[in-house]
Amino acid sequence: MSIISRRFNEVLSRRMIFISALAAILLVFLISLFVIQQGIPALRSIGVLDFLFGTVWRPGIGEFGILPMIIGSVYVTIGALLLSAPLGIACAIFLAEVAPYHVRNVVRSAVELLVGIPSVVYGLVGMVVVVPLIREIGGNGYSVLAAIIVLTVMVLPTVISISEDSLRRVPMAYREGALALGATKWQTIWHVMLPVARSGIVAAVILGMGRAIGETMAMIMVIGNSILMPGSPLDPARTLTGNIAVEINYASGIHESALFATGIVLFLLIIGLNSLAFVARRQP
Amino acid sequence: MRMSAKITQRIAWGIIWVAGMLTVMVLALIIGYVVIKGLGSVSWDFLITPPLGGLSGEGGISTAIVGTFYITILTIVIATPLGLGAAIYLAEYATDNWVTKAIRYGVETLAGVPSIIFGLFGFALFVTILHFNFSILSGALTLACLVLPTFIRTAEEAIKAVPNSYREAGLALAATKWQTVSRVVVPAALPGIITAVILCVGRSVEETACLYVTMGGSAAMPTSFLSSGRTLSLHLFYLAMETRALDKAMAAGVVLIVIILLINGTTNWLTRRFHAKMMGT
Repeated sequence: MSIISRRFNEVLSRRMIFISALAAILLVFLISLFVIQQGIPALRSIGVLDFLFGTVWRPGIGEFGILPMIIGSVYVTIGALLLSAPLGIACAIFLAEVAPYHVRNVVRSAVELLVGIPSVVYGLVGMVVVVPLIREIGGNGYSVLAAIIVLTVMVLPTVISISEDSLRRVPMAYREGALALGATKWQTIWHVMLPVARSGIVAAVILGMGRAIGETMAMIMVIGNSILMPGSPLDPARTLTGNIAVEINYASGIHESALFATGIVLFLLIIGLNSLAFVARRQP
Repeated sequence: MRMSAKITQRIAWGIIWVAGMLTVMVLALIIGYVVIKGLGSVSWDFLITPPLGGLSGEGGISTAIVGTFYITILTIVIATPLGLGAAIYLAEYATDNWVTKAIRYGVETLAGVPSIIFGLFGFALFVTILHFNFSILSGALTLACLVLPTFIRTAEEAIKAVPNSYREAGLALAATKWQTVSRVVVPAALPGIITAVILCVGRSVEETACLYVTMGGSAAMPTSFLSSGRTLSLHLFYLAMETRALDKAMAAGVVLIVIILLINGTTNWLTRRFHAKMMGT
């Protein structure tokens, strides 16, 4: 092979590889561009404040307020995190510090499998198991509470694996130091390990929130998709994601644009949460 | 004081064990429930009969299996060259400057964007503007964007795990950088790269939201990449939401879980082999 063609190959391949790497950046840019550009007409004609704080969503008569969906999303996300954060952190401590070798392997593969189960399967189990149970308490079962229970299981793996990671990163010397001072294993975990790993654990919970707020199909299946403002946890509701998915296939004009605008709100929420997690992880 | 520390430890241990066991139990309950309720409806006939469509929910899942297959293949074909290129760049060529930082930021951000936002993007660009309509092609393009960050991260890790001696040996034989990368480093990282591909196969099988708004969901047998179609996950969703055939939905769930178990097993096996290889040499 001549030197010239070798040089040519070298430059050409480097270019192509660089371009495919740029694709990632380009894609973020394109996604934001499309969602924003399609959503702006609705924001213009409805008005940002009326859109965000309007309590009535009736596309048929031109009412586009997404406050019920914002409340719905926040409601299920916070509910799910209140349950899955303590459970997930306890499970992470179990995996990092307490479990014997073989038990740990079993639990860890269980966590891995929980990630892999498709969200529609969670939704289906929610529909046939959780919803009827809640119907016993009151309401028709399709409710915020059902969504919270299903979401709790779905975000558990995220909370567990990232918390476990940050617990494992605590230097051995810290643990040994505490134990050498006569602290019990639990005192070591509570007073030394958890405070040191705190930023990672906070990041785990925030990333779990990101997952929760982005979940779509399982939410549609168990939350009832009501457009009314949810009050009690037994009420049906609708999430931002569900609002988009349920209506986009038949929407047109300003209605379609309003769904893209819903996407903008969701996108901003996610970017905000991810940046928070990023900052939390950077803390020493 | 000593006594109370011991009691606290005992209580804490109890709670922590319960949390650990609960996770396993939840998984066992979900899988057990779906399998018990659905296995009865799974048969060879169920796999090879097309769904009747409409509100009955009767029939099998053959078209959904074909749809899943098409979507997966097409997604991998689109995502692999892009993802591999980006991974090679980040692992072998990138210098620590703002362009690299921007690319990494892009990959991180993409990984956190919810499926439905990718769906909106695909709906606007592929379905509407490019006129691919609701089709397998629109779905696969959307899904390829969604799996890209997973692919890049996994493949980059694999390439970085190749020992430096490989690169030095290649360069010492007067190979150019690209010759070294393409004929020495990438082949050595192949099991890891295949893991990345299989992970993306898994995502293609699991993902529903972004396909729900780009694929159209027709129950008919797809004839080309431009026909509308549904994957198994989508089929399960339609069965659960629009029909009374919950047993069929459970049966589709069983098939999905089996596929996911197979994919998980394969990636674990490959990862172990890859690590053994890299440690051994």
